[in-house]
Amino acid sequence: MENTEGVFFLTGKDFKNAGAASSSLKGILEGRGVPQPIIRRVAIAAFEAEMNVIIYAVAGMMNYTITDEMIKIRIQDMGPGIPNIEQAMKEGYSTAPDYIREMGFGSGMGLPNIKRNSDTLTVNSVVGEGTTVEFSMNLPPAE
Amino acid sequence: MELQEVINSLSLKVENPSVNLKREVTGAYVSDMLSDVMGNAHEGFLWITLQIHLNIVAVASLKGLSGILLVNNRVPAEETLKKAIEENVPILTSSLPTFELVGRLYSLGLRCR
Repeated sequence: MENTEGVFFLTGKDFKNAGAASSSLKGILEGRGVPQPIIRRVAIAAFEAEMNVIIYAVAGMMNYTITDEMIKIRIQDMGPGIPNIEQAMKEGYSTAPDYIREMGFGSGMGLPNIKRNSDTLTVNSVVGEGTTVEFSMNLPPAE
Repeated sequence: MELQEVINSLSLKVENPSVNLKREVTGAYVSDMLSDVMGNAHEGFLWITLQIHLNIVAVASLKGLSGILLVNNRVPAEETLKKAIEENVPILTSSLPTFELVGRLYSLGLRCR
């Protein structure tokens, strides 16, 4: 099958549309006939990455590439950056402000959830500039 | 277990009766942290929470949950209800606190695995 590529633009603090990019991506994967267990993993990881942009950044974008072998997603944002990525990867660690926590975000499970559901994950960040999170899920060989 | 059976047994109010209620409840999960639900609930689960804002619908829809049960007389925000109708996610409410609701759901045989 031909590769499918696309991009979603994300706006910081736009809680009204939060999750819309992940939902659209889920629909695209369903349309391509990707196995449901993999779609579920992508949906979790994409939602977490999308929410990180909404919560912390000014703006960002989610690029996706779907091939016969894998699903690759890159989320780039213009945000505060992560000073200590190792710490941010630890479950329970969060720098979210109180009003975000009151909404049920900021439990410090975002990056750990992405890691648990992806086959590869890289996080690059420059404080004061932004963060790029890239992850992929392998697809089983076509029958 | 059928969602309708859960609704009847616990006398839950359906806030958006226009959605399709014919669905199987495979288990239940309680949390007010959205990433916790994303990480630990499973498809078909009923989600018990006190969060009423719009983003709970995205979580339920992405995870394929069977519905959201709001506790303690909480009512969904207007935009939440609108989104839930669009996304076909049942929003249920009850006057009971979480502890009581969960006890009853457990007695009905629902588990979280």
